[in-house]
Amino acid sequence: MTLTAQLGAVRGGTARLYLAVARGAFRRYATYRAATLAGAFTNTVFGCILAYTFLALWHARPGLGGYDTRQAVTYIWISQALLVTVAVWGGGFQDDVQDRFRTGDIAVDLYRPVDFQGWWLATDLGRAGFHLLARGAVPTLAGMVLFDTRLPADPAVWAAFLVSVLLAVVVSFGLRFLVSLTGFWLHDSEGVRAVMLVVSMFFSGMLLPLALFPGQLGRIAAELPWAALISVPTDVLLERRTGTALLTGLAFQAAWAAVLLAAGRGVQLLATRKVVVQGG
Amino acid sequence: MALIELEDVRRSFTVRTRAGRLRRVKREVRAVDGLSFTVDAGECVGYIGPNGAGKSTTIKMLTGILVPSSGRLRVAGVDPARERTRLAQRIGVVFGQRTTLWWDLPLRDSYELARRIYRIPDARHRANLDRCVELLDLGALLDTPVRQLSLGQRMRGDLAAALLHDPQVLYLDEPTIGLDVVSKAKVREFLREVNTDRGTTVLLTTHDLTDIEQLCGRVMVIDHGRVVYDGGLGGLHAAGESERTLVVDLAEPRPAIEVPGARVVRVEGPRQWLAFPAQDSAAPLLASVAARYPLVDLSVREPAIEDVIARMYAEAVIG
Repeated sequence: MTLTAQLGAVRGGTARLYLAVARGAFRRYATYRAATLAGAFTNTVFGCILAYTFLALWHARPGLGGYDTRQAVTYIWISQALLVTVAVWGGGFQDDVQDRFRTGDIAVDLYRPVDFQGWWLATDLGRAGFHLLARGAVPTLAGMVLFDTRLPADPAVWAAFLVSVLLAVVVSFGLRFLVSLTGFWLHDSEGVRAVMLVVSMFFSGMLLPLALFPGQLGRIAAELPWAALISVPTDVLLERRTGTALLTGLAFQAAWAAVLLAAGRGVQLLATRKVVVQGG
Repeated sequence: MALIELEDVRRSFTVRTRAGRLRRVKREVRAVDGLSFTVDAGECVGYIGPNGAGKSTTIKMLTGILVPSSGRLRVAGVDPARERTRLAQRIGVVFGQRTTLWWDLPLRDSYELARRIYRIPDARHRANLDRCVELLDLGALLDTPVRQLSLGQRMRGDLAAALLHDPQVLYLDEPTIGLDVVSKAKVREFLREVNTDRGTTVLLTTHDLTDIEQLCGRVMVIDHGRVVYDGGLGGLHAAGESERTLVVDLAEPRPAIEVPGARVVRVEGPRQWLAFPAQDSAAPLLASVAARYPLVDLSVREPAIEDVIARMYAEAVIG
């Protein structure tokens, strides 16, 4: 076998491993049926409350932030569908890693011949896949039935939206992975996580579209990684980003994903070195 | 062939303790303090010692998740901390209180994942899995989510997961902790099979000395980061200066009787307990008791290995 063929085989094996991990994570979340149902119901209820709030707001201030009323209501339902998928509140693999710190199982993870970051990214993508279907579809359908929404007919827009959601999950993973790694120093990342939750809710556009943020704050918020979580994907689906704006939006997400994954890798190296050399 | 080699391995940790409001005092704790031993391929070694003796630190160094402060360490020809991933292919690890299994999914899925993680060829994976399933009686459990398994079942599941990639060395940290008698027996039987039939080298730590009695030809007692005993289980008695007990029922109650080579440790009505060195024969002692006093009944009690080891730990603390 030539070297390239060998490398190819190794890479193929790795891809299959991560695929298996992602599939396992998908199926794992699928076993929590009652939780999924309850969650989807909650998303729908909150979606209704927020949609009425937005309706009232846009009634008073039509065209606020460049959204018409239908777009504003649709914004609510897309963000509800993405809330858990993109894990704006944190969670997903974070809960597992936190548990593993608490029980000390984290040591077990280190002697397996698997990359720590790759493993958890794979599980999170599997989880997100499940949540997009289960926690995303139900509120979206409910929103379409109960309210006057505006979803695109063009399949290309939907395809771009899915790419954007995938990137959003990776950016979110990058952020959450960094939070989880603080566990190597703090033993419990709960505090950092709580701070991140607030920041993430605010700067992702989950509470209010970033386009409504005033002046300087709005400009800064649009450049922060959290904008990649909700703001960019919703704008893609609402066709507020088309053509060049669509591409720059996806590039913005991809850039943050790359930066955060690289940072996570660096910190992971420091963390393992700390454990292996200092004995945790 | 030596599969595990340690040469004067030391590991210390820096512990910071508060001294006053702001001042912190750094203190060095030596968890492992000059450990040297080798384990040959195919051995089954019991690695025992009191809590905090340095057992886990040793295991962590042997798996490569901790580097020694000094000394030389080789497992299956590899420097563990430097080539952790390569070593992982050659070792299997089971911690009694941890699991590598996928909690919410059927047992089968964890084995499928192990195939991917260790890149086990399909045919070998199938053969190994079939064998483990048969020996560990896992057939009915394969489709059960791990979280629904009992502790004993989960432990058996973990054992199988650790062996699918044919490791040369298997480390077990308290593999029978918390298990009932039947589960313990099953686990031990399986480990014996793995050790003798497959020739897998086994290093196990435990607080259950029955594990050692039934499995290990060699015992290492470690305390304060040093080996205080290394040899066969039988030799422990001599090393621990243990005593056997002759219990005699006399025809009538008497004050403590006097026999050469033994001393009375307890008297209760007509029954008396005589302690004598474990390596001495009971026959002459019995003869001399019978010659002097009318005997109704008797029994000989072997020293409990627990007591021997407890004494050894205590001595190590004093020494």
